[in-house]
Amino acid sequence: MSEAIAYYPGCSGLGTSKEYDTSTRAVCAALGLSLVDIPDWSCCGSSPAHTKDHVLSAALAARNLQLVSDMGLKAAATPCPSCLTNLRTANHRCEAAPFKAKVDKLLDDPYAGGVNAVSVLQALTEMVGLDTVKSAVRTPLKGLKVACYYGCIMNRPPELMAFDDCENPMAMDNILAAMGAEVVPFPLKVECCGASYGIPRPDVVAKLSGKLLDAAVGVGADMVAVACPLCQMNLDLRQGQVNRAGGTNFRMPVPYFTQLMAVALNIADEEIGFSKLCVDPRPVLSKALAVAD
Amino acid sequence: MPVLTGKELRIVGFLCNWCSYGGADTAGVGRFNQPTDLRIIRVPCSGRIDPLFIAKTLINGADGVLVSGCHPRDCHYAEGNFYARRRLEVLKRFLPILGIDPARFDYTWVSASEGQRWQKVVTVFTEQIHALGPATRHENVSPELLAKVASAIQGGNRVAA
Amino acid sequence: MRIGVFVCHCGSNIEGTVDTATVAKASLDFPEVVYATDTMYACSEPGQDGIIQAIKDKNLTGVVVASCTPRMHEPTFRRAVERAGLNRFMFEMANIREHVSWIGRDREANTNKSVDLVRIAVEKLRRDAPLIPSKFSVNKRVMVIGGGVAGIQAALDCADGGLEVVLVERESSIGGKMAKLDKTFPTVDCSSCILGPKMVDVAQHPNITLHAYSEVDSIGGYVGNFQVQVKKRATYVDWELCTGCGACMEKCPSKKNPDAFNEKIGPCTSINIPFPQAIPKKAVIDPTTCRQFVKGKCGVCAKVCPTGAIKYDMTDEIVTEDVGAIVAATGYDLFDISKVTEYGGGRYPDVITGLQYERLLSASGPTGGHIKRPSDGKEPKNIVFIQCVGSRDKSLDRPYCSGFCCMYTAKQTILTKDHIPDSQSYVFYMDIRSPGKMYDEFTRRAMEEYGARYIRGRVAMVYPKGDKMIVRGADTLAGTQVEIEADLVVLAAGAEAAKGAPQLAEKLRISYDKYGFFMESHPKLKPVETNTAGVYLAGSCQGPKDIPQSVGQGSAAAAKVLALFSKDMLESDPQISRVDIKRCVGCGKCIMTCPFKAIKEVEFRGQKKAEVIETVCQGCGICTSTCPQGAIQLSHFTDNQILAEVNALCQS
Repeated sequence: MSEAIAYYPGCSGLGTSKEYDTSTRAVCAALGLSLVDIPDWSCCGSSPAHTKDHVLSAALAARNLQLVSDMGLKAAATPCPSCLTNLRTANHRCEAAPFKAKVDKLLDDPYAGGVNAVSVLQALTEMVGLDTVKSAVRTPLKGLKVACYYGCIMNRPPELMAFDDCENPMAMDNILAAMGAEVVPFPLKVECCGASYGIPRPDVVAKLSGKLLDAAVGVGADMVAVACPLCQMNLDLRQGQVNRAGGTNFRMPVPYFTQLMAVALNIADEEIGFSKLCVDPRPVLSKALAVAD
Repeated sequence: MPVLTGKELRIVGFLCNWCSYGGADTAGVGRFNQPTDLRIIRVPCSGRIDPLFIAKTLINGADGVLVSGCHPRDCHYAEGNFYARRRLEVLKRFLPILGIDPARFDYTWVSASEGQRWQKVVTVFTEQIHALGPATRHENVSPELLAKVASAIQGGNRVAA
Repeated sequence: MRIGVFVCHCGSNIEGTVDTATVAKASLDFPEVVYATDTMYACSEPGQDGIIQAIKDKNLTGVVVASCTPRMHEPTFRRAVERAGLNRFMFEMANIREHVSWIGRDREANTNKSVDLVRIAVEKLRRDAPLIPSKFSVNKRVMVIGGGVAGIQAALDCADGGLEVVLVERESSIGGKMAKLDKTFPTVDCSSCILGPKMVDVAQHPNITLHAYSEVDSIGGYVGNFQVQVKKRATYVDWELCTGCGACMEKCPSKKNPDAFNEKIGPCTSINIPFPQAIPKKAVIDPTTCRQFVKGKCGVCAKVCPTGAIKYDMTDEIVTEDVGAIVAATGYDLFDISKVTEYGGGRYPDVITGLQYERLLSASGPTGGHIKRPSDGKEPKNIVFIQCVGSRDKSLDRPYCSGFCCMYTAKQTILTKDHIPDSQSYVFYMDIRSPGKMYDEFTRRAMEEYGARYIRGRVAMVYPKGDKMIVRGADTLAGTQVEIEADLVVLAAGAEAAKGAPQLAEKLRISYDKYGFFMESHPKLKPVETNTAGVYLAGSCQGPKDIPQSVGQGSAAAAKVLALFSKDMLESDPQISRVDIKRCVGCGKCIMTCPFKAIKEVEFRGQKKAEVIETVCQGCGICTSTCPQGAIQLSHFTDNQILAEVNALCQS
């Protein structure tokens, strides 16, 4: 299990989701999945570029994919679903020769193609495997009730993402169950959190994220595990806004699934990075684990 | 009366009775205009088509040969078009040995309901043959060579009828 | 040979763009053509009389008609030349309408092409030989495969017509899907009350032999003389002794098995009679759950059975039935709703299929006819029906309409209101398809008299919240999103081909479409025939159908069988392959390639030879192009004939 894959953290990984990045690196290292940083990686071509110009967006993504190719690797893993969508979309669009010609015009080195992008979730599932994950557990997450929330674009569109069930994904559920957590059946796994409406229309986010938190409470979850930096921000950072708008009183921790994995793998606190979250999961976590003991 | 000199080339079609001949009929009923070069020989099934028919047609002076049968899995006789597909694919590769440009031969699948598709197939194939121009005559192909090709395709020692 | 050529004007259809007189004149130059003329309508009575007269006057021995496609009028003209005393196979057609006049406007090119087509018809005709059909006897027994309402109807009509009928049913009782329904649209008749008597008729009809819990294993032979091997699956109960008293079911300790007849929403015992009106009313043991089989000890049913019918050591049995015709009536199965993960079928107990809802409505169902939802047994108040789940959906590879769901959903909303007066039904639909007598009126009644709320739009998602199911969808007429808190969600699961349908089609040597539905011979004019002589279709095995359509097809298939059996001898199509025994080297390649098993190996003076079984050969000619010796030739499409056509085209 010393398979290597290029690692594309994405811009959030350096800022708002630093703890997703550090916990991902630590978890993969502990499980023997070697993440190789891409030298001089740049923006994936996400929101600002792709809303304006598909060619520009694809060129940004293709630049990074070509860097991976230059490293002699065939695949890149990214924790961020939005980066993943862009990298995969660029690959898909570049299958059309006229489009690829326009993309190559913007690049110093034309994109040779053939580099696949996968989510960290997919890499853990397919390259590491549940058996390895299970056998690496040091502190089982026994007694912890987790709702797994994948976000709306992790598995969609299904033709492009080609991983897991797009309406009822199970990859994160399976991993956290392997870690010993009690995964609750969460019906809104792929519902929208409001995404980037957080800036122009916070009322929309408050409504949609509120619905998710409400459903998580409804199924008895202690916390909501996420896989997307933007989802995490909406559910965690904006939980106060949600409560004010809806007259609710949620105190729902929203850690990244890799953080929970890190706990089970006995990884150091500074790499887990719970202190970066607004609603601190640690009290709930220690209470649940203590009761289980 | 020969083909109209300067206007038409000699194109022969072998069509199965159930799908493609019906598709050509459907194209007629729909008045889907087509080039007039093609002459159709009706056979019960594309599986009835001996690759030799095609080789002989081309050797005897046709400028193009088009075969059409039922879509795979849709054969009136269950599996005739599978035999056809295998034989015709091999034939395509042997044509250069006989000195024939393989672009003068094509096979396709058209169902009885696909009148428009038939129109397109005929138009495209006719254009393709016109682009190649009239074929050079192949009188120098010996019956022995033909028999060898036939036996290679059939895996037997079929005698040219 | 003395050949006559008749070039048809077809009014202006051909004459408009083809100079028929010139074509006729040019034909006179072809070898052995002694007479040629153009004619206004060759197929009309005067046209045919003209042909007959010319045959007599000019002593013609072969005829070419240049007109429309042979797929249209070849039989017409064959009969005409036969009336004039010729063998009907001494006739060829040149298709100068569909393949010439209708597809090109250049009169010169069309005329020229028509001459070429007549030329190849003449060259083929010169090599035609008279063909004489052979006659063979017919075994006037018919097998009906599938005991749903279509098969029951076909069996009863055949039996009433005096035929011996063998009915083969896969389940332990006949009745099919209709037996599971509570009521039928648009009359809201009790389904088992109208089907029950027909089932009893099957059981009591002296002409019907019923093999229940049986499947067709293999089929050999041909029209008039099929041999069918039927596998009678082991029931572990001797049906000769079983009286259907049900004592075994009362005492069976294994009571919690999903009941297939109740669409798995209720339990049943391991030894089971599926429903009270079952025909035959006999018990069957399911060895996958029975304690005697699973644990090796129990034997309770054997102890309580008053007739000693339990036989734990029973094995499958093969019986051979000789029949002359077969009616396939194998019905349909439901689309697996768990494939539509956004609706949660299979994950959430309160998301069920329409057929499961029928069982909840039925007095003989698991809830005794009280609507209780599966999760907690509560009576639902808000019920959402979602249409087209697995129908008209390209993304699920089910682009076709299942046809009957609009109607049964309307019926279910009416029945819901009857059962629970303070309930509210919602129906998410794409279009309402109710083209049948009193059908549209019926759906309007559901809306107007029974207050079902119809919402035009698709549902995006169904998810649980507390003890409710939230149904979120679009109302495309109002242009809004809708969310309904439902107590129960009923999915109108689409119809798909019955499990094993393609395998049965291959045994029957009939075609099936990409979804597994059997192909009829002609979509408009031969709806219950297949391309294999003596095999007919009835009901949903050909495509989704409601009850009246299925019954109609059952009767239609029976009529076809009765017509077939009205003759004592059948004529085979003589356009078949024949073996030149001198050339045949007995290599057996033709035997391997024949899709119909129509060629057998025979011994001739100590040598292996191929022989064509005339009645089985379908005339495809695959053997002819396979034979390395050119020893097997398809009559009327011989190598010499096709090469003569090629030469006629190339050397002109």
